[in-house]
Amino acid sequence: MSYLLDQLINGVTLGSVYGLIALGYTMVYGIIGMINFAHGEVYMIGAFISLIAILILLSFGVAALPVVLLLALAATILFTSVYGWAVERIAYRPLRGSVRLAPLISAIGMSILLQNYVQLAQGARVKPLRPMIEGGLQIPVGDGQSARLAYVQILIMLTTLAMMAIFTWIVQRTSFGRTQRACEQDRGMAALLGINVDRVISMTFVMGASMASVAGLLVVLYYGSIDFFIGFLAGLKAFTAAVLGGIGSLPGAMLGGLLIGVIEALYSAYFDIEYKDAAVFGVLIFVLLFRPQGLLGRAEIEKV
Amino acid sequence: MLRTKVVTSTIAGAVLSLLAGAASAEITIAVVGPMTGQNAAFGEQLRRGAEAAVADINAAGGINGEQLVLEVGDDACDPKQAVSVANQMANKGAVFVAGHYCSGSSIPASDVYNEAGILQISPASTNPDFTERGLPNTFRTCSRDDKQGDIAGNYLLKNYPGKRIAFVHDKSAYGKGLADATRATYLAGGGNVEVYEAITAGERDYSTLVSKLKAQKIDVLYYGGYHSESGMLARQLRQAGLSMQLISGDATVTQEFWSISGDAGEGTMMTFPPDPRNNPEAAPVVASFKEQGVDPEGYTLYTYAAVQVFAQAAAKAQSTALEDLTAVLHQDAFNTVLGEIRFDEKGDVVGPTYVFYKWRAGSYSQM
Repeated sequence: MSYLLDQLINGVTLGSVYGLIALGYTMVYGIIGMINFAHGEVYMIGAFISLIAILILLSFGVAALPVVLLLALAATILFTSVYGWAVERIAYRPLRGSVRLAPLISAIGMSILLQNYVQLAQGARVKPLRPMIEGGLQIPVGDGQSARLAYVQILIMLTTLAMMAIFTWIVQRTSFGRTQRACEQDRGMAALLGINVDRVISMTFVMGASMASVAGLLVVLYYGSIDFFIGFLAGLKAFTAAVLGGIGSLPGAMLGGLLIGVIEALYSAYFDIEYKDAAVFGVLIFVLLFRPQGLLGRAEIEKV
Repeated sequence: MLRTKVVTSTIAGAVLSLLAGAASAEITIAVVGPMTGQNAAFGEQLRRGAEAAVADINAAGGINGEQLVLEVGDDACDPKQAVSVANQMANKGAVFVAGHYCSGSSIPASDVYNEAGILQISPASTNPDFTERGLPNTFRTCSRDDKQGDIAGNYLLKNYPGKRIAFVHDKSAYGKGLADATRATYLAGGGNVEVYEAITAGERDYSTLVSKLKAQKIDVLYYGGYHSESGMLARQLRQAGLSMQLISGDATVTQEFWSISGDAGEGTMMTFPPDPRNNPEAAPVVASFKEQGVDPEGYTLYTYAAVQVFAQAAAKAQSTALEDLTAVLHQDAFNTVLGEIRFDEKGDVVGPTYVFYKWRAGSYSQM
């Protein structure tokens, strides 16, 4: 019982991170119908900026943990958003309106470029950070056993919930969100009605990047070690999460992320850890066979 | 059409051999390892060891009056990249390669070197297959995982009788080979294995494994794999409040392990040959490293020794052809920073064995 709970906690923590990154994939897909393959690298850059910010703050003697975290959060959102914006401006906007494959290829190119850039600029070694948030709660589950919930895991879940709430509010309740939804439905018509479509798309990339940067900060705090290659695997899993949940759907991305995290954890708990990725992608294939649009996605209707 | 092609390639061949002839006043050798990527700390050990050895040999007049030129290759511990670097080194006319680091890289690269007639002495690849496949060109100055596994397995049997033991590896040629060798010895001695799992190298999240180990009440975790994962594992074990003993192999002898694990690395044990830094033969070399502010830890001196062995063999054979070198290598003893070493018919070093080291307060020492 405590074992199951332990593993569920592990899965939900991991899934929250996947979900945060998946939101970026799904938002961009919703608006311009392309997969931003460089998104995993944007998350990696977010992690590096968080780490650098934390180290700078610590070296200036800022010791209060909440202050360090909030300043690091602000710094990483700010700088990573600039990267997200620049990626769109440089690699995707000039290709808008050309064949569908062109931005896909430039996305892959951007991903390789960012990865190599960080490798050269920051070195290839693993960058460690000493544990910042230690300790945790013991949750009694009866018969003398208890499951463990670390404070940093609580932080990850709460932050993810908060980010999710903020972005749902932006998309559903603000006038910017309305323009975003309008662009998603029909970009041409939205432009005719006076919406600055380019600006909306830029802002969407900025939103996606800022969520990825939050995921980066959380990962730095949780694992305390990053390198230039972490974006690849995390990006792949998050992309899978977005597809599983229904690409284009915000709650779908979160649900997909959580599902993937939990499937990974539960499969590892009761079977060979070696095959957990095979299990995750097996579930993905199975779901897509029956619901090609994903769990919460809308089927695309071809208008004639 | 075909004829022109043949003619062109003959001319190209002739030009190439001319160039090679012109450059023959120098002997090109190479050091190849993970200069970038997760294991870059070890790539640096290899590079430093080789550079120092080449500098010292050249300062002493080179080999038969010819100076050594060192090429540095980066395989990032990726088997595919290892093969392409091996081809590059062959094209550059290297006659000897000190490397690679990861067994998974050394093994496929050795086929390329063998075809090109290049001698390969690995300072660090401990997987038995490296020398077991009967290639004439493969040698190593380190020992083998079957020996290492034997010693680690017997240590577990002797020191942790009745304890619950888990074996985990990273699916790499080195990691799996070592974990399996240790497990085999342990099982043969009547031990019980409670958990046997594999993780994916390069991943960050080992929380599911940690929970599994916790639920199984594991006392000792034996890990076969590289330092970046063992460092993360140590950290996540302690973060979950577990105090089990972590034991790993020779790929944990780098200061980088501690920088990843932090205080969670305290008490981690590993097997490695007796520290060559304490050899009297190594004293001047160690001193000159320290002068440059470098600690010749881990495989640095093993790489130095690999270059020394090549230099002594080439001087004795008066040649750098593979057959001449191997004839000497199998016959002679060599005076190196590791002490006097000999090679058996497979290309493995005769003699040296493994001892246990322990991490305490940020540094490791022999137990």
